[in-house]
Amino acid sequence: MTDAPPARVPLVDYLVLDDGDPHLVANESTETGALYFDRRNADAKSGRPGFKQRRLENTGTVRTFTIVHRAAPGVPTPYVSVVVDLDGGGVVKANLLNVEPDPDQVRAGMPVRLTTFTAGTDDNGTEAVGFAYEPA
Amino acid sequence: MAENDVWIIGAAMTKFGRYLDKDVIDLASEASMAALDDGDVSIYDMDVLGAGNLMEAASGIGQRIQKQIGQTGIPVYNVANACATGATAVRCVFLAIKAGEADAGLAVGCEQMGKAGLLGASARSDKQVYEPSGRYGAVMSVEGRLGTTLMPGVFAQAGMEYAGRHDGVGFEQFAKVAEKNHAHSTLNPLAQYQKAFSLEEVMGADMMAYPNTLLMCCPTGDGAAALVMVSEAKLRTLSDEQRRRAVKVSASVMTSDPWTDADQVQPDVNTLTRAAADRAYEQSGVDPKDLDLVELHDCFATAELIHYDNLRLCEPGEAGKFIDERGPWRDGSTPVNVSGGLISKGHPLGATGVANLYEVATHLRGEAGDRQVDGAKVGLTHVIGLGSACAVHVLEKAAA
Repeated sequence: MTDAPPARVPLVDYLVLDDGDPHLVANESTETGALYFDRRNADAKSGRPGFKQRRLENTGTVRTFTIVHRAAPGVPTPYVSVVVDLDGGGVVKANLLNVEPDPDQVRAGMPVRLTTFTAGTDDNGTEAVGFAYEPA
Repeated sequence: MAENDVWIIGAAMTKFGRYLDKDVIDLASEASMAALDDGDVSIYDMDVLGAGNLMEAASGIGQRIQKQIGQTGIPVYNVANACATGATAVRCVFLAIKAGEADAGLAVGCEQMGKAGLLGASARSDKQVYEPSGRYGAVMSVEGRLGTTLMPGVFAQAGMEYAGRHDGVGFEQFAKVAEKNHAHSTLNPLAQYQKAFSLEEVMGADMMAYPNTLLMCCPTGDGAAALVMVSEAKLRTLSDEQRRRAVKVSASVMTSDPWTDADQVQPDVNTLTRAAADRAYEQSGVDPKDLDLVELHDCFATAELIHYDNLRLCEPGEAGKFIDERGPWRDGSTPVNVSGGLISKGHPLGATGVANLYEVATHLRGEAGDRQVDGAKVGLTHVIGLGSACAVHVLEKAAA
């Protein structure tokens, strides 16, 4: 007998769902404090190995955005893509939800907070949960 | 013994075998870091990177390695040459040292010949179940779900970052870039498209990723370009006609993207362009104000506008004012993309970096026909590939 499949899994492994509120975790270089979301071989700033996990803040400000009208198949449009400077450190790219996809409604510098959404469900009924930001 | 003899001071390899749990970047990083340690040097001591790989040859393998082991902005040469690929990477570093452009360099050859799937089928059935895969443990494609990394959107975000930081830059200024390049292309018989559009037509075209409309994006297409270059010593032996038409390469610079806090999330096209341009101006002794024409990388209209600033063609922060005042038009203070640019001339990917040199050289030779920039003596070319790599050249019509 195998274990029951999980009820939900994160869309990417740097989104943590099972430790309090959903939040992002980054690999922080012990040498320079540089932050990364991927599996690391070394710190691209110093060239040195050595990382610890760091929980990032769920709030930040928009650094830049675009509104995508022509997208990859299966992706509903238009949607807002943003680059967010997180409070306390870290830069992340995600969608901006709960806002009109209109250039007059989005601006660099606007405060945002983390939210989550359902990205899909597999044949076991497992839900893939993604993260995004919304106006704070 | 010559000053530019080349010596090996560090060497390493991974055990060869099957690595189901390591991708090509893991393997290349391991070997690279071990070689640097063996030589008792760091990535910061390297002036050039030669990276050889076949199966992921178009993926910017050198830059992907840098993003793990050290983004120092050095030139990266990604090479593919069948089974001689690794030796070709070594040759790149060897030639750079021989030429006096590098004191030290890292050459790496790597391959991961297996395949990793994205959506795995469960062992017991043909069900599709989520399986984390890749360096981010993704269970499906994140494109469009965690923002966009497709080109129109990436370059839109790059342009909008500039617009957010500086006054006088908005949709209209970006659209004016495309209006200019489409107009310029009507004089270029070699351009893929040779049709002018009004500003209203540019802004009213189908929106791809705000603010880039269809007419503000380069097309896909096919083509090629080639150059023949000789040494000064060789040129002296050639005919009067060959010498008369010769164009001097006064600067040739390659850079990669140095580490910044956001670069691995949203590619930064500014840092490495500025670094390449500044080095090219220094190498050639040419000032941006001396340039008679520029062919820069307008893959999207948003890209061209921020490169006015990156290439120092305008005052810092004033790219919007520069296009509003028609500075980069063919009759302006610094003609930019009189060929029609990538937007209208086209962008067969591998050809563009040679085609812009063809264009500037043709003007410097006085052979550009209807689109000739009168009296052109000095030109600059700029090309940038995401991942990233930037090359800037300065050409001059000098007495040969």
